[in-house]
Amino acid sequence: MHSFGYRANALFTFAVTILAVMCAMASFSDSFNSPSPTADVQVLNINWFQKQPNGNDEVSLTLNISADLQSLFTWNTKQVFVFLAAEYETPKNSMNQVSLWDGIVPAKEHAKFWIHTTNKYRFTDQGSNLRGKEFNLTLHWHVMPKTGKMFADKIVMSGFSLPEEYR
Amino acid sequence: MDWQGQKLAEQLMQIMLVAFAVVAFFTGYLVNSFQTMLLIYASGVLLTTLVAVPNWPFFNRNHLKWLDPSEADRHPKPQISSTNTGSKKKSSKQHQK
Repeated sequence: MHSFGYRANALFTFAVTILAVMCAMASFSDSFNSPSPTADVQVLNINWFQKQPNGNDEVSLTLNISADLQSLFTWNTKQVFVFLAAEYETPKNSMNQVSLWDGIVPAKEHAKFWIHTTNKYRFTDQGSNLRGKEFNLTLHWHVMPKTGKMFADKIVMSGFSLPEEYR
Repeated sequence: MDWQGQKLAEQLMQIMLVAFAVVAFFTGYLVNSFQTMLLIYASGVLLTTLVAVPNWPFFNRNHLKWLDPSEADRHPKPQISSTNTGSKKKSSKQHQK
């Protein structure tokens, strides 16, 4: 500790190292949180179901999405990114996953929501396999931390299907 | 700072930073606010800087006893060789008094 500059540098380095340790501990504390989220989706209406000029099927849906994601939030949560995907199987692909809607939940107060919307993104197939297709609607979420590890999970809701004929 | 002061300054810095970090972490965790933790820690770093970095008088209480110049003259440095360079060095030292 010979000079002002020496002490200032030592203090700064030590302070930043301790800050890194605190952030690691904060991230670790997230593992003590056992979340219990719930979700429900209803397809209110199939607005239209067409085959596009390029040969791909496309569907427009009106959805009712309700979820309670409040238990996902901890002191170390910056926001939760949530999206709804339609998942189904085709002869060409064992898993097709098409994102229909997404949103950002910035705080715990906004985590219990109910929305009525058409699909934000197009529900388009690679080909024309959607007639009479059974599909799952899965709500995925990514819990984005302020510091540390990001967790992702999902709820699968099955039992949805598309009409046999175009409309 | 003197030697005791330097040791005191280093110990104060380490203990204060760790203590503030522990208080900040648990307070932030209990009130569920990450921002609280950072604010407490930042103010702790600032306080520690004010206490341990500047050369305060209480770091200088055990004065270093430098050798008195007249005492040094009574015990001249042993000469390595009897060449001109050796004696030249010695005479220039005496001029610096």
